[in-house]
Amino acid sequence: MSRNGPLALAFHGLFVTFMLAPIVVVCLVAFTPEGFLSLPTNGFSLRWFRAIADYPEFVHAFWVSLGLGALSSLVALVFAVPAALALTRYAVPGRGALQALFLSPLMIPHVVLGVAFLRFFTALGFGGTFLALLAAHIVVVFPFAFRLTLAAAAGLDPSVERAAISLGAGGVTLFRRVTLPLILPGVVSGWALAFIQSFDDLTMTVFLAAPGTETLPVRMFLYIQDNIDPLVTSVSACVIAVTMAFLVVLDRLYGLDRVLAGKGSH
Amino acid sequence: MIPTPRSAVPLLELDRVAKTFGGHVAVEDFTLAVSPGEFISFLGPSGCGKTTTLQMIAGFLAPSRGTIRLEGRDLTQVHPSRRGLGIVFQSYALFPHMTAAENVAFGLEMQRVSRAERTERVRAALAMVGLSGYEDRHPRRMSGGQQQRVALARALVIRPSVLLLDEPLSNLDAKLREEMQIELRQIQRNLGTTTILVTHDQTEALSLSDRIVVMSKGRIEQIGTPQDTYERPASAFVAQFLGKTNDFAARVEGASPARIVAGGWSAPAPVGLRGPVTISVRPERIGFSEEGLPGRVAARVFQGNHWLFQCETECGPAIVVRPNDGLAQPGEGEAVRLAWRPEDMSIRDMGLRAGAVA
Amino acid sequence: MSAAATTTLPAAATATPPEPRASRAPLWLILPALLLFVGIVLVPLAMTVLLSFHDWGQYKGIEPVLVLKNWHEIATDPYYAEMFGRTLRIALVTTVATALLGAPEAYILNRMSGRWRGIFLLLILGPLLISVVARTLGWALLFGGANGLANKLLMSLGLISSPLPFLFTETGVVIALVHVMMPFMVLSVWAALQRLDPQVEHAAMSLGAGPLTIIRRIVLPQIMPGVLSGAIIVFSLSASAFATPAIIGGRRLKVAATLAYDEFLNTLNWPLGAAVAVLLLAGLVLIVVGANALVERRYAEVSR
Repeated sequence: MSRNGPLALAFHGLFVTFMLAPIVVVCLVAFTPEGFLSLPTNGFSLRWFRAIADYPEFVHAFWVSLGLGALSSLVALVFAVPAALALTRYAVPGRGALQALFLSPLMIPHVVLGVAFLRFFTALGFGGTFLALLAAHIVVVFPFAFRLTLAAAAGLDPSVERAAISLGAGGVTLFRRVTLPLILPGVVSGWALAFIQSFDDLTMTVFLAAPGTETLPVRMFLYIQDNIDPLVTSVSACVIAVTMAFLVVLDRLYGLDRVLAGKGSH
Repeated sequence: MIPTPRSAVPLLELDRVAKTFGGHVAVEDFTLAVSPGEFISFLGPSGCGKTTTLQMIAGFLAPSRGTIRLEGRDLTQVHPSRRGLGIVFQSYALFPHMTAAENVAFGLEMQRVSRAERTERVRAALAMVGLSGYEDRHPRRMSGGQQQRVALARALVIRPSVLLLDEPLSNLDAKLREEMQIELRQIQRNLGTTTILVTHDQTEALSLSDRIVVMSKGRIEQIGTPQDTYERPASAFVAQFLGKTNDFAARVEGASPARIVAGGWSAPAPVGLRGPVTISVRPERIGFSEEGLPGRVAARVFQGNHWLFQCETECGPAIVVRPNDGLAQPGEGEAVRLAWRPEDMSIRDMGLRAGAVA
Repeated sequence: MSAAATTTLPAAATATPPEPRASRAPLWLILPALLLFVGIVLVPLAMTVLLSFHDWGQYKGIEPVLVLKNWHEIATDPYYAEMFGRTLRIALVTTVATALLGAPEAYILNRMSGRWRGIFLLLILGPLLISVVARTLGWALLFGGANGLANKLLMSLGLISSPLPFLFTETGVVIALVHVMMPFMVLSVWAALQRLDPQVEHAAMSLGAGPLTIIRRIVLPQIMPGVLSGAIIVFSLSASAFATPAIIGGRRLKVAATLAYDEFLNTLNWPLGAAVAVLLLAGLVLIVVGANALVERRYAEVSR
């Protein structure tokens, strides 16, 4: 009985087309053999992908983004996992306020965070450095790592841990052998989501990045500000491909809707 | 139990109804005629096809084969919203954004019943299920039993030709379930609404129904009154599923007159029965006596109003239930002899004559 | 903006009351995160609020005094009223459009069979994680003046006779923003649909309700909290969006985020930029918190 009628399917078709059109167009234009923006009507060419290598700023920005993403999401986890475990396990005073604080980077517009970080790090004297970028990214991706860990920890049956304690486990052993394996799916998907958020962030990073510490989105944005040519489409196509690969893995492992909604992840 | 009014013209008929999902057969060759006012239970373990059959009657699933007729009219092409059946779902499926009264009124609104009549009928329906005064409650603020009553009122207020109940009591605790069983039966008797109940709970089926349809693996095993199905199970499955039973390995010995022999117990055998047979006897029909099948009490459990014995005999293990009548009972390890009346056993004879009844 | 916040509501909803196992709070588990947030979120925000009261001059730079100059300028210069009005308008239209398109799509998705549902969910939610620069670039290519694909398509379908201007217009910004924000709306409505008892639609059907009645009377009231919380997220992200207005809107069509960027990195009038940012933050917090409270009170019975 729960089938969609022809009208619903037509709507669905248009909707999916709308969602995919800009992404498909970027990927198609990237393969143009021409020297200007055009769809590859006269055969496909990889010339604009090869051209990326001749533009070291993009390559450098890619490595900055990759390192920043991996490092900031990892450090965020180191802070987030203990906090999430403590908040789900103990009667912490001011629990609600703490949770709101830890999730606040989701509520605060990134442009405001960018402005605030620029002011802060410049005042401290290390504006434009990688360290400033790293600190800012740790805070911004923290909610993603925190929320998924929190959901996993809240979904953990407390009697499992009690059982382990009654069998003689304690402290580090308890965490390493029982707690961590059980919340690992949440922790790993939290890390992956945090990585992607860091890897993609433009609005906040554009305030902090200086020549040399420009991330890929910032470099692409600044490039587009000057002119749009097929080079930036081939870079975008690479970014899309990397994200898509990440996404399929994430979906297979934990289910995309659960990862994104921050629900339990088993 | 009330005798089934079999003379009446059937209200609902299922004729060789079948449902397959891909290659899997969920229901096969289901034929049943339901008389007006009858209370029928579909009883079986999960996956036996009872809910699938109910869904086909309700119209949420289309039968792969066969026809379903209501008052002689073919239902197969009738949309679920036009069948006029009242359904109580396992999850109750109350509309969480509406109050109890709004929930009950919904079906009447769909029938374009005037506002005045609607108000009166909603009030009466809620009073019938004992929920007067709860009109403005939202389902989330009601207990499971109360939600169940709202669901029942909502299904009955539209005066359905048939009431379908899909495991309606399975989410309630044991005590509440018993109360609701009695209440459900009373309401059904008073209204005379033809009712089909899907359940996996044999007690529920036995205590509520006029007739029980026992199902297993998509097939009907037996149709009969609760007493019939319990006393004379048509198959090993029914015997096992409806209450506990003891299976003894026995033999038919001698000729004219032949006797069924189980250890030291024997009784005249039906004509034509030969060789090894299996006899089954309900635990509460076995007594301890001077002679009979010799055995030993392996375990004895006190259960309040009765005693439960686990005995070992040469014909196989036996469970015996005796009422707690205050008299001395055999202890663990004691030698006993088990006996029962021949009419209390059913015989299954290893393929010579299936389902024979002594 | 970036593909930043997902739903803000479920986080609070998933929190279960703590086990009263230990009365002694293990401070050392929380303290690092707490210090991190006080040091790198609260202090910078406070500094920014302070900055918005500082004076600035072309040659003297930032003067650490407390004056209302920037706030006075924003309050009186109609340029800022127009800019904030545009920001609000774009955010509102985007929110309404995502709700009108995203809610039906989530419903259709939910009715699909398992395999297709998974594939389309991936296709629709996936863009959320793809760089917003790449996605907006796609719209820039589609719009690209008279040669843009969107115009060619519309003209070949006979829907328009001359190319419509998309690039550097509010219409273009809204279309691209709707695309960027859509996954948030679909996700939020999707989550609400998952909480729906699938038998409820059957129950309504058995009581005689047709498909339209079921959607209007049964489904819509129950997913409304999801639509509204999705709308709150979309609105706050649209109002503070940066990349899309910057690329599609160009240098003339300023919104709050792009103006703050200009003040900080081009004009170098940091105090004024800070005032714009603080006003944006305060406005959004007020709207979001107020709307959340309204939704929660209105739908107390429906949402758990």
